Amino acid sequence: MTRYRPRTLALELAMIAVALFVGFPVYVLVNLAVRPTSDTSSPLHPTTSPTLDNFTQAWQQGSLGGALANSVLVTVCSVVIVLAISSLAAYPLARITARWSRTTYLLVLLGLVLPFQLASLPLYQTMRDLGLLGTPWALVLFYAGLQVPFTVFLYVGFLRALPRDFEDAALIDGCTPLQGFRYVVLPMLKPITVTALVLNTVAVWNDFFTPLLYLSGSAQQTMPVAIAGFVGQYVTDWNLIFAALVISILPVLIVYFLLQRSIISGFAGGLKG
Amino acid sequence: MKVVPARPGRTGPPWWFMAPALLLFTFVVLIPSGRGVYYAFTDWDGLNPDFSFVGLGNFADMLRDADAKQAVWHTLLIAVSITVIQNGVGLVLALGVNTAIKSRNLLRVLLFAPAVVTPIVTAYLWRNLLGPDGAVNSLLGAVGLGDWRQDWLGNPDLALWAVVGVIVWQYAGYSMVIFLAGLQSVPQEIHEAAAIDGAGPVRRFWSVTRPLLAPAFTINLMLSIIGGIKLFDQVYALTGGGPGHATDTISTLIYKDAFTLGEFGYSIALAVVLTIIVAVASTGQYFFLSRNERAAS
Repeated sequence: MTRYRPRTLALELAMIAVALFVGFPVYVLVNLAVRPTSDTSSPLHPTTSPTLDNFTQAWQQGSLGGALANSVLVTVCSVVIVLAISSLAAYPLARITARWSRTTYLLVLLGLVLPFQLASLPLYQTMRDLGLLGTPWALVLFYAGLQVPFTVFLYVGFLRALPRDFEDAALIDGCTPLQGFRYVVLPMLKPITVTALVLNTVAVWNDFFTPLLYLSGSAQQTMPVAIAGFVGQYVTDWNLIFAALVISILPVLIVYFLLQRSIISGFAGGLKG
Repeated sequence: MKVVPARPGRTGPPWWFMAPALLLFTFVVLIPSGRGVYYAFTDWDGLNPDFSFVGLGNFADMLRDADAKQAVWHTLLIAVSITVIQNGVGLVLALGVNTAIKSRNLLRVLLFAPAVVTPIVTAYLWRNLLGPDGAVNSLLGAVGLGDWRQDWLGNPDLALWAVVGVIVWQYAGYSMVIFLAGLQSVPQEIHEAAAIDGAGPVRRFWSVTRPLLAPAFTINLMLSIIGGIKLFDQVYALTGGGPGHATDTISTLIYKDAFTLGEFGYSIALAVVLTIIVAVASTGQYFFLSRNERAAS
């Protein structure tokens, strides 16, 4: 890096100004969330008598606890499943060079282009027939399949750059293929697994359209749908709505700031995949 | 006596490792997508088991449907604007952060933070901020730009751009992180060598940095254009497609036609159009950019 000059200081101040600009909505969010409804001053003025009433009220009336639990359940189950089956599938897809294997891989990649709106409406019918509609398991099943193409794509790209020597040695030493995968290949896949874990978790946690379809009308909600329902119910009570928004953002931001290094490199990791 | 295979290491992993992923993928994506394409040629309402084949009827209706044509136009406009603005801002931020400034690590974490937050949540936040009495107008008033105050989401001429602005706010940091990863792969020695040879900062960016950023450009343009084409959550929460149909995209129209109007067949025909647009955009971009990457390296 070059030396710290006066011009660097100017740049530093300019960048901090940009960050403040980006952070401005967060200030308003928290400022209004702690404000009693009776206070109607400008959203820019710091709240004079802050209160946590909005939070307790939003938590109880929005059944946000249940929604949070559902979101965690759906995200954990579907991400674990998709990582397990996709890494397993990527192994032969990357190693077997026969034509049928390459064709299968292309078929999987087709899934990257198909927008889920195309599949989600007919699948709605199937879920109804299976009696899964309105349960979190419909979502787990859906995400575990939907995220396969992207996750396989990440793993295959990574595996093709890995030498075969270790797995060959394991097979010669008498490992079964599954043991070879579990104890030799999987540990080497760790960097790309972090990327796949981060990207899949964020995608599943944040998805709104699918639970809107498959959970509508049921008591089971995920966080994004619960928030949308809450906004629909308390249309103009923005102080209460903002408290609900803070509650839904908080777990995400806590995890983000704790793991920011792996999360950011996870996002950037798609670049090398 | 046991028969030892000639080259045990070359047998490779068994094909059935693919089975669980392929089964689930087929059940959740391939079969429903195939059925979707079929329904696009019917007048199915989503419930009634009796429906008839209408050939290209739904697509012909689309050509006559001003709302659908407008939604396609909005979708393309949003996708292109987001791609240009978000990546432009992201690149400038990346160049700013990738310097000797002391706050660079903190800035990177803060500027990326909006990208991990649920889009529907940030969109509801902005719906309030952009309202007539919202914080954006208050801020404009406070800095003496009171004349610029607007009903950002209620004005049909502005609403679409307000949506674009919200998305750029949320994802410029994402583009920045991808560009940063690319920038950090540019060896410092090359910059120094170019500087010694008399190249100014602009020339160094254009001739040294830009070609080495080609992979980052590919990923970023891909992500933003496909994300822009599929856009649903933010429009749903910010404007619901309104005022009127001023911000309807293909995705919001798919939702409305299927679940409020019960026109499943027509809705899914729109999804087929969406698929074609995504496919054309991504393959076109892939070939164009990979040619560029080769030219750059």
